[in-house]
Amino acid sequence: MELNRRGFFKVMGATSALLSAGMGKARAAWVSKAPPDPYGCLVDLTRCVGCRKCEEACNDANSLPPPDIPFDDPVVFETDRRPDEKTYTIVNRHSSGKIDDRDKLVPVFTKVQCMHCQDPACVSACIAGALTKKENGTVHYDAGRCIGCRYCMVACPFEIPAYEYTNPITPKVQKCTFCFDRIIREGGKPACVAVCPVEAITFGKRNILLVLAKNKISDLPAKYIQHIYGEHEAGGTSWMYISDTPFEKLGFTKVIPEPIPRLSETVQHSLFSYLWSPALLYGLLGGIMWTTNKAKNKDKGGSDASS
Amino acid sequence: MHHHKPCPVNAKFWTPGVIVLSVLMGVAFITIAARFIGGLGYVTNLSTARPWGLWIGIDVGSGVALAAGGFTTAALAHILGRHYYEPVVRPAILTAALGYTFVVLGLIVDIGRSWAIWKPMFFWNTNSVLFEVAMCVMFYLTVLYIEFFPIVAERFKGNVNFKGFLSNFNGLIDRIITVIDKMLGKIMWVFIIAGVVLSCMHQSSLGSLMLIAPTKLHPLWYTPILPLLFLTSAIALGYPMVVFETTIATSSLKLDSEMEILTPLTKITIWLLGLYGALKLGDMFYRGTYVYLLDGTYQTNSFLAEVLLGVIIPWFILLSKKLRSSRKWLFAASTLIVGGVVLNRINVFIVGYQPPVSKTAYFPSIGEIAVTVGLISTLMFIYRLAVTWLPVLNVQVKEVSDEK
Repeated sequence: MELNRRGFFKVMGATSALLSAGMGKARAAWVSKAPPDPYGCLVDLTRCVGCRKCEEACNDANSLPPPDIPFDDPVVFETDRRPDEKTYTIVNRHSSGKIDDRDKLVPVFTKVQCMHCQDPACVSACIAGALTKKENGTVHYDAGRCIGCRYCMVACPFEIPAYEYTNPITPKVQKCTFCFDRIIREGGKPACVAVCPVEAITFGKRNILLVLAKNKISDLPAKYIQHIYGEHEAGGTSWMYISDTPFEKLGFTKVIPEPIPRLSETVQHSLFSYLWSPALLYGLLGGIMWTTNKAKNKDKGGSDASS
Repeated sequence: MHHHKPCPVNAKFWTPGVIVLSVLMGVAFITIAARFIGGLGYVTNLSTARPWGLWIGIDVGSGVALAAGGFTTAALAHILGRHYYEPVVRPAILTAALGYTFVVLGLIVDIGRSWAIWKPMFFWNTNSVLFEVAMCVMFYLTVLYIEFFPIVAERFKGNVNFKGFLSNFNGLIDRIITVIDKMLGKIMWVFIIAGVVLSCMHQSSLGSLMLIAPTKLHPLWYTPILPLLFLTSAIALGYPMVVFETTIATSSLKLDSEMEILTPLTKITIWLLGLYGALKLGDMFYRGTYVYLLDGTYQTNSFLAEVLLGVIIPWFILLSKKLRSSRKWLFAASTLIVGGVVLNRINVFIVGYQPPVSKTAYFPSIGEIAVTVGLISTLMFIYRLAVTWLPVLNVQVKEVSDEK
């Protein structure tokens, strides 16, 4: 294990080159990779009547297996459901806490699906780039690249990606596709939006939807609560909600307003841009090894018998 | 007079312990077969809310940490030039090579599309911490095999002895081994330094993995310095792990206890474990997370166990020269440190992980436990096989004058 002078200087040369390149890059602050003008959906929870037509349309559009309980059976509302590997979207029933003029509790229905984050944690996490954020706002899954590590599921703050745990060889991560194939066509809408009979969901450019949401809230400040869920959550999401009931009461997760990948990507890139820190460490250790070997050779006056 | 030299161990192979290992290996094999027939859901308790379980916490998270003896001893003996510690490097390299092999085997069982494990080599996502970990583990495993090669070469150089038809190649294989060994000897320093660098990279990045889940990981563990804590704990764990396995190996194979090496080795651990402990406690006070300490939840209790039993108590044991020189106390302290780091990895990947919506509790299934136990048994089985056939452990060699 001899480290001679020439070897040592080669290492040092390469180290300093990488160092100057890497440290420059490392200083750059984290930059959002969010698309500037994505599509989005605005869900007005005050309009939803819980007909579950969106669930049925989603099932049909994505050729998903038939549901355990038929789409017109209200018994499903007895339990809180989550999207799973056979269901990309579900509607749950919550209580608003209000009572109508016939002394009945007023229900609030909530539609749950992938939020299509602007800076998605799953996309940042994916080991092989199987998940990508498209210009049109879709968080897109390509099973052809997936290795099934499920790090996307660990990363998702909304607990959305589901997994085909019963498929032994070719399981897929399953989640709302934003009907990518439909919305890239001119005038195309996600299946759930197109079918909604009460226009509870509005599809359009996210920036315009935000203006629309703010107008709705300011026009009827007594009706709506002052919060657009998805405007800032996880740094902003393509799907957004307005409601007359606080979101905490409706099973919405409290999520930090910063993009989720910011810290991990900052740490990762400030340490490993152009591999500057490994190169520095390599040079440093090489220097130490060279010095200790030289000192030892001087002591013994012989070559280094190494193992 | 005795002198020490790495030699194949001459002891009975099929002991009761080895038979137990074989049974556990068989159970794991059947469970793994079931996983590849019925899917992950058939043998595990994993779910949408709990995508990572025992296999990631122990087989991968802890497995990588426990292999830290390899790079920490190599750094000490070969880079810092403390050749006195040379005898512990070989078994540590063997443990590391086996450990990482089983990290990869564990991953192959855990990931849903095992056959696609090669894909990240071609489809890069440099934003992904897991991508960096995977690349480092791949390269480091290669480096470990290269570092282990001279041990194999030493055994077979001038001693290649195939029978029958293959005997025609004995000379050729011998020459190939000799040439590769000689070449490697000249450039081994490249791999030794690379091994340390790659280890520092992925030991720390294993901690960065959970930085992507700020709303899910319990605040006692979620800190921006999580990668630093993972790195310093892995470095602090290196020598205690060497003590742990050397003591088990030397007492079960009835070899010399090596205390004259292990005692000074763990003196260094006082500094390394102290650094880790100081960072961990300092981080807790800086972020004010001590407010959770008395809330009585099982997360908090697990944190307390990790810090008290795994860091503070063994640190005080090591502080005493008398206890450090006692084989029993040194083994006890090392076992606590090893257990503390394993518990830390379990805490970060499993206990501290809180699904935000489902709040689902997770406890590993029988199948998950069977696979983890079986993989560790296989590792120990191969270790036993390796020290029987290869010159890894120091065996007392009596001087000629001692023999009759």
